[in-house]
Amino acid sequence: MAWFKRSKENISSDGQKKDIPDGMWTKCDGCGEIIHKKQLEQNYFTCAKCSYHFRIGSKEYFEILLDHGTFKETEKRMRSLDPLKFVDTKPYAKRIDESIKKTGLHDAVRTGEGEMNGLPLVIACMDFSFIGGSMGSVVGEKISRAADLARKKKKPLLVISSSGGARMQEAALSLMQMAKTSAKIAQLSDAGIPYIAVLADPTAGGVTASFAMLGDVQIAEPSAFIGFAGPRVIKQTIGKDLPKGFQRSEFLLEKGFLDMVVHRKELKQTITKVLQHLNP
Amino acid sequence: MAKVILDFEKPIIELEQKIAEMRKYADNLDISDEIGTLEGKVDQLRSSVYQNLTRWQRVQLARHPDRPYTLDYIQYMIEDFVELHGDRRYADDKAIVGGFGRLDKDTVLILGHQKGRDTKSNIYRNFGMPNPEGYRKALRLMLLATKFGKPIITLLDTPGAYPGLGAEERGQGEAIARNLFEMSHLPVPIIVVVIGEGASGGALGMGIGDRVMMLENSWYSVISPESCSSILWRSWEFKEQAAEALKLTAKDLLEQKIIDRIIPEPMGGAHRDPLIAAATLKRTLIEELKALKKIKPDRLVQLRIEKFSAMGEWKST
Repeated sequence: MAWFKRSKENISSDGQKKDIPDGMWTKCDGCGEIIHKKQLEQNYFTCAKCSYHFRIGSKEYFEILLDHGTFKETEKRMRSLDPLKFVDTKPYAKRIDESIKKTGLHDAVRTGEGEMNGLPLVIACMDFSFIGGSMGSVVGEKISRAADLARKKKKPLLVISSSGGARMQEAALSLMQMAKTSAKIAQLSDAGIPYIAVLADPTAGGVTASFAMLGDVQIAEPSAFIGFAGPRVIKQTIGKDLPKGFQRSEFLLEKGFLDMVVHRKELKQTITKVLQHLNP
Repeated sequence: MAKVILDFEKPIIELEQKIAEMRKYADNLDISDEIGTLEGKVDQLRSSVYQNLTRWQRVQLARHPDRPYTLDYIQYMIEDFVELHGDRRYADDKAIVGGFGRLDKDTVLILGHQKGRDTKSNIYRNFGMPNPEGYRKALRLMLLATKFGKPIITLLDTPGAYPGLGAEERGQGEAIARNLFEMSHLPVPIIVVVIGEGASGGALGMGIGDRVMMLENSWYSVISPESCSSILWRSWEFKEQAAEALKLTAKDLLEQKIIDRIIPEPMGGAHRDPLIAAATLKRTLIEELKALKKIKPDRLVQLRIEKFSAMGEWKST
């Protein structure tokens, strides 16, 4: 198949984004500024100079978005099985164990109840650090149960997505989580309960093609990658570099797929206002 | 039409041709014994090859260029078919076809991915890879079917949703997500059949139903074996292993409780006898539809959501 082998001179490699840094000082990936850890934290893990949003996890989002001490986690210990006994370069079972050890999380999403400026809600937040935030059975089930909880308790649902897409190691079972979560969001919608989708960097593949794009209100963080197909695949298909800013939040806002792009420090106030308007 | 022959089909087809040739010259010679022996041999060969197909060989059969596609099945199964076009938003996507027609006595909406047979028609059909407007056309037609209380049948056969610039610009993810959302609660019976390739969200975008079935030699998974190989093994060379690991055949998905039923194909695959394949599919559809029509719409939706909610495996320690 010759077209797979054609030269890639039109395609330059893209830089990799980094997770939250461990040292006291860190360099901003956006502008190169050296930032102290304390300062970064105070600034919602964004660069004060260029507004670059560092990738953060559920722990940080719950702190940023919820009123102090109100978060009660649900389904805390739910974890993946290895239904297909999947082995690639490494057995999936081992991959899960290692990720649990490394991140202290049980899978790529955490869910629970909490309050936001006094408004009770059900919240789910994905963790990209856990196998690329990929959605397998556990992510699908926890998002679905969060939607059920929101429906039963008549509380709005907030989901913060950050995911590479469906988890390959659970194959068709992962694919079906797209169906399951979307069906649960439809049920929630039919019950008249608001669902706010927040998209963080990156939101891709099967997560974009299911619950992440089904919010009554769609909010994204600045410059987050949001797309169905990955840039590498599209580059291979069209054989040249992608336009600057393609598949970034601002691009999606322009194309009509988001309601707003909101700086992380304004996220809580913005969502609160929206919920105050939508709550019955 | 030039027939394409897969590697593992070769010995069988060669033997079949030999028998056909011998028959032709058998007029003035009594070689029925020899023919009989060869036929026994070919039967043996068939069952040893086709009953032990590897997962990768099934993928190859699912992609066989002579395999019947959506419009073939429609032609063989559906009467008075009227094709409808366009999403009323942007364009008419040729990678998805759909319209109303009669299955036995019932008017149904039948929709499916459509591949081409040669380079020209493949370009026209975009190799069966829909853009967002394809999913939106499908949704428009499904809402139309709902409005008039007609059951929906979808036939899945795609190498994936198209990964192009325009597709992303026009919201490929949103288009698929919207279909999952809407299909999960449409109050009419929906029957889904994977007839060839069920590649990821591109297939699932028309894949929510009350009955989900697969033809014997189709595949359905989260990613194609090639792409899976390139991501997890960082090379295109591990597609056979990837196919094994993904457990993507009809039998696998029945075991994973994702599909309800496997629809048998003629020995060697649907392309060996498209009419028989279509007749079997038609019989199955009629039977399933008859059962679904007895269920009240509310209950149908409830059962559909429960069905998909049960999918997956996890443990709460």
